[in-house]
Amino acid sequence: AAMPMTADLRRERAAATFQPLLLTHILDGGPERTRRRKEIEALVLNDPDFQHEDLNFLSRSQRYEQAIRKSSLMVIKLREYGIADPDEIFWFKSFVHRGRPEPLDLHLGMFLPTLLTQATPEQQDRFFMPAWNLEIIGTYAQTEMGHGTHLRGLETTATYDPATQEFILNSPTVTSIKWWPGGLGKTSNHAIVLAQLYTQGQCKGLHAFIVPIRQLGTHEPLPGITVGDIGPKFGYDEMDNGYLKMDNFRIPRENMLMKHAQVEPDGTYVKPLSDKLTYGTMVFIRSLIVGDSARSLSRACTIAIRYSAVRHQSELKPGEPEPQILDYQTQQYKLFPLLATAYAFHFVGAYIKDTYHRISGDINEGDLSELPELHALTAGLKAFTSWTANAGIEECRMACGGHGYSRCSGIPDIYVTFTPSCTYEGENTVMMLQTARFLVKSYGQVSSGQQVTGMVSYLNDLSRQRIQPQHVAARTATVRINDPVSLVEAYKARAAWLVEAAAKNLQAELNHRKSKEDAWNRTSVDLVRASEAHCHYVVVKLFAAKLPEVTNAAVRAVLTDLCLLYALFGISKNTGDFLQAGILTSAQITQVNQHVKELLAVIRPNAVALVDSFDFHDVHLGSVLGRYDGNVYENMFEWAKKSPLNKTEVHESFRKHLKPMQAKL
Amino acid sequence: SVNPDLASERQTASFCVEKLTALLDGGAEQTRIRRAVVEAIQSDPVFSRENQYFETQNERYEAAVRKAVHLQKKMHEMGWTENGPEYKYIYRALSGDIAFLLHRVFMRSISVLGSDKQIAKWIPLATQLQLIGSYAQTELGHGTYLQGLETTAVFDIATQEFILNTPKISAMKWWPGDMGRSATHTVVFAQLYIHGKCYGIHPFIVQIRSLQDHSLCPGITAGDIGPKMNFEAIDNGYLMLKNVHIPRENMLSKFCEVRPDGTYVRQGSQKINYFTMTALRISLISDEVLTPLMKACTIAIRYSVVRRQSKLKPGEQEAKILDYQTQQEKLLPQLAAAYAFHFINHYLQELFDGGYREIQRKNFDMLPELHALSSGFKAVITHHCTAAVEICLRACGGHGYSLLSGLPSLYTKILASCIYEGENTILLLQTARFLIKCFMAASAGQPVPPSVTYLAAVKAGKCPAKNKSDFLSPDIYTEAYQHVALRLISSTAAKLQDLIQSGAKKYDAWNQCTVQLVQAAKAHCHYITVKNFAETVEKLETKAGIQRIMKHLCDLFALHGIFSNTGAFLHDGYISAAQMDMVTASYLDLLSVIRKDAVPLVDAFDFTDKSLNSALGSYDGQVYQRLYEWAQKSPTNKMSPAYEKYLKPLLHNTLSKL
Repeated sequence: AAMPMTADLRRERAAATFQPLLLTHILDGGPERTRRRKEIEALVLNDPDFQHEDLNFLSRSQRYEQAIRKSSLMVIKLREYGIADPDEIFWFKSFVHRGRPEPLDLHLGMFLPTLLTQATPEQQDRFFMPAWNLEIIGTYAQTEMGHGTHLRGLETTATYDPATQEFILNSPTVTSIKWWPGGLGKTSNHAIVLAQLYTQGQCKGLHAFIVPIRQLGTHEPLPGITVGDIGPKFGYDEMDNGYLKMDNFRIPRENMLMKHAQVEPDGTYVKPLSDKLTYGTMVFIRSLIVGDSARSLSRACTIAIRYSAVRHQSELKPGEPEPQILDYQTQQYKLFPLLATAYAFHFVGAYIKDTYHRISGDINEGDLSELPELHALTAGLKAFTSWTANAGIEECRMACGGHGYSRCSGIPDIYVTFTPSCTYEGENTVMMLQTARFLVKSYGQVSSGQQVTGMVSYLNDLSRQRIQPQHVAARTATVRINDPVSLVEAYKARAAWLVEAAAKNLQAELNHRKSKEDAWNRTSVDLVRASEAHCHYVVVKLFAAKLPEVTNAAVRAVLTDLCLLYALFGISKNTGDFLQAGILTSAQITQVNQHVKELLAVIRPNAVALVDSFDFHDVHLGSVLGRYDGNVYENMFEWAKKSPLNKTEVHESFRKHLKPMQAKL
Repeated sequence: SVNPDLASERQTASFCVEKLTALLDGGAEQTRIRRAVVEAIQSDPVFSRENQYFETQNERYEAAVRKAVHLQKKMHEMGWTENGPEYKYIYRALSGDIAFLLHRVFMRSISVLGSDKQIAKWIPLATQLQLIGSYAQTELGHGTYLQGLETTAVFDIATQEFILNTPKISAMKWWPGDMGRSATHTVVFAQLYIHGKCYGIHPFIVQIRSLQDHSLCPGITAGDIGPKMNFEAIDNGYLMLKNVHIPRENMLSKFCEVRPDGTYVRQGSQKINYFTMTALRISLISDEVLTPLMKACTIAIRYSVVRRQSKLKPGEQEAKILDYQTQQEKLLPQLAAAYAFHFINHYLQELFDGGYREIQRKNFDMLPELHALSSGFKAVITHHCTAAVEICLRACGGHGYSLLSGLPSLYTKILASCIYEGENTILLLQTARFLIKCFMAASAGQPVPPSVTYLAAVKAGKCPAKNKSDFLSPDIYTEAYQHVALRLISSTAAKLQDLIQSGAKKYDAWNQCTVQLVQAAKAHCHYITVKNFAETVEKLETKAGIQRIMKHLCDLFALHGIFSNTGAFLHDGYISAAQMDMVTASYLDLLSVIRKDAVPLVDAFDFTDKSLNSALGSYDGQVYQRLYEWAQKSPTNKMSPAYEKYLKPLLHNTLSKL
């Protein structure tokens, strides 16, 4: 029911120095896109078919059931409405499932696209339309119990039998059981299975096969297939992540996805032209995670900041009413840097997406020159943003005190839904090391006199500094802590310093030891630090680069405050690097710390407006604490009354356990 | 049989695991008693946690009540009593998931706050579980800031009763455990009013449910507050009071009494009560904070020697993931922290035992120091351990996210400890207030409590280390920690003075310095922890390799703290840039040293498989087989109604007809 906005939030909104809608337009990529997003949101929210009980009160099986119900309707309605643009589909899906995963994610996001990119025209004829019409529901079975990010270690085998022109699929060990694929447990009747291909007695590495797993009609597992749900997880209750064990399971030769590599009827293997092609998909999915980091952190910030403006506690000044907790410096120090981070990540996500779209045209024409750098960059940024957002979501929850711990706050759900992204699509530490490999390689190129381009071009300056060693010291005086552009330079210098240190340590290890792998391993902590510093620099740079593009002065001013806070807070959390590298002096560090606190006070009046600009609908936010109208306590009570433990006035355990015990004593 | 990858780790231990276990337990006899309790409880099927990960909130709650009732019987059978040596191990053996924990708080609050007459009336009933109690302090609108509570208790001379009310929605009691479904009585904290005058917060015993049929008493609205991140087994509750009348005798009146004519009388010293609250914070650390971290380390480290991934050397077998430096850098500092906090907890326990003896003798001098230490350490330890458990979870790759790993529930449980018994930021500010006060006193040449005497000795100077092995000297790093703590405290004190001198109000100046104050309080606790670890190591027996491995862990804990916070040590040049490189080198070297003993170091925590309840962390390391078997027990693997209702029409081609 509609309730009037609380006085606290009304006052906050009236005090803002800018119009939130203008900022929403920037985040959405233009007023027209904001309009369209809200139109789609209304389509879903006003549709009675998509209503349901609060998921917090349902069991896992019930949540799965609700998700399946909504997913099937979603597919039908998307087609009814003729929504086909990828962003619009994403919005629609996100409103239907309120930002949660759903059982058809892998079918829509992996199975169908993989058919499009890796199946031959003949295979597309056989599979695509049935899959499009959901007669075939597929998933993408890559990860095994024993292997995840390290793909070459996968153990599932597909052995070609020329006599019958079939592949024989096997899960030879317990560790080779496919484990985790979404939608595999209960929903799918087909899977694209990644397996080591054996033909003519030789292993040809990983290849993809279309494997039917359940009988069409009865949905029973096929003979030779063992399939099921992997059990309860930290979140992802809607998703039937599954296991799959194959025992001499035969599929026709034509079920190997053969657009790139082929096995001919006699077993002759034909190699693919390039293995870089698979990079494209990885870059794309990792860029989505960067965007997701921004969104998830934005949601948590919205909840924590609105609640902090509604909650009053203790006293700041003797004799005065209890202040909003958002007036405490410690609370601002917890939340505002996260708010700034959420904005920074939005701009980084948009940048990567644009860059990907820009160069994907080149990729289709066979020009892969920009791909390695983008691949290295997205690997690191995926890790950097997901780690930061993950920790940030938890800080937001903690900043809500005890009530943050209740599921009614919505933050536990945001956290458990988001946190696996630190692991899937490439474990974060491994991702950081991939970026490091690119950085070290670039450093090597610079050392041998070559120029590097793109985001690593700052490494070119290192060789100049070696000629003029005083250059480093001269730098300190030049950092202006009120100027985003100057701060970008400071981050650049830090990244260069750490990349160089890691590269030199690696070289020192190589000089002492024989094996490259050992040296790499013994330097990996340094290498991860270097990657983090590189990513941090990229984020500051992209945020600062966004500012001149903002035309409205009031919006630009508030974004400049956030950008400065992001950059300065990052320095104050990593003062050691800046001091040790001689980029900033102790006196400057003290100024940075002081300026961070001043910025907190500057941002304070705009805090609520800045989260309003993210424009999350209450239904989408799913939080009692973060309601737009601020009526928190009344609604917590209403929410609690629906708890399953409250179904009956007297719980049955009274009669079963308490009463008999009291009678006995 | 034990997985050979795990077995080989145990063959090369540099120390005697059984001896270390005894050290952690406080003696071999304690180890024996603990194991006997664990065995008695875990062999009893009523206490089984086998299905825990698959149960709904209602099922978990029912199981918790069943276990609590059964525990009464079990204790009687085993001859365990509340004052016996076995008692403290029961909770550890049960691994949580038991009802009536707040009942114990109910009893303790009556013992501490009640008059002799009240104790004589209520404690026997409660002991016999003739009533079930809870403790209702926190409200929807107020937690740590107790003065802000809004529930009222108005004394009515005519009827000699208190009339309790929840005047507005934010005054509803919210969160108390056992109150949602189980409790018949609760201690309610309310603002006392006599003749229209408010006397502040006081405790009252209120009956909320019938002892006959468990229905709610007149004027009472109570229920469960709904699902949380964890504690599914506990019925955290809400309570709304509408003109609830209770007799005058139900106000707990050891310290304050309302006479029949409405006269308000204070008696005795509240300081004992204050001490009890303070001591409670420390008593939680062992079971609620250290045990989960030790379990998480056990699971993550055992799994990391079973899991092989990628190759370190071409042509060789895939490497154990614990052989990767980055994995060591994630897990081994957490292991060191578990030991560091175990020892500081021991130190605090002894300090509190000593404090208790002093207080019995009416000497309250130690109270401010004890309060400051308990606040600061509660905050620092819960915060650090919570972060550490999450690191363990994340270090287990995808499988860490499965509930069957045991890690998600350890994490969601430990993180509540950052909030209950005082929100951490507020507690750190209380410690900071004490530190600033002591610093001012010390600067003025006045005496200060023992833990802060270092505040009197402001020294300039530089770290004397010349090479990386110098950083393995406890004197060197302890001195560095002391220097940083002192610098942060003195610079914040100076800043406060500056602000006040330039005309800022005291409270305003305080709020403007709170970020720094929090950092100063943390630095102080970190310093004490390092110092205590180093001192503990020095006193250990040198036999059986125990001292040597503990020294390594102490070094690692100290250097990890510097490595993770280099700026604090570099800031005034105490440690130079060149020295910082030595710290890093020394720190990274230690990782590979401790790596060799990692599994024995977690084995020494001596958790049974049933205690861990983890498919990844079992003693035998049969990780994958267990994960597969446990998954098949999931209720989701029974035929779901979703197929008939939604999937079948979908698959049977309703879409293509569109």
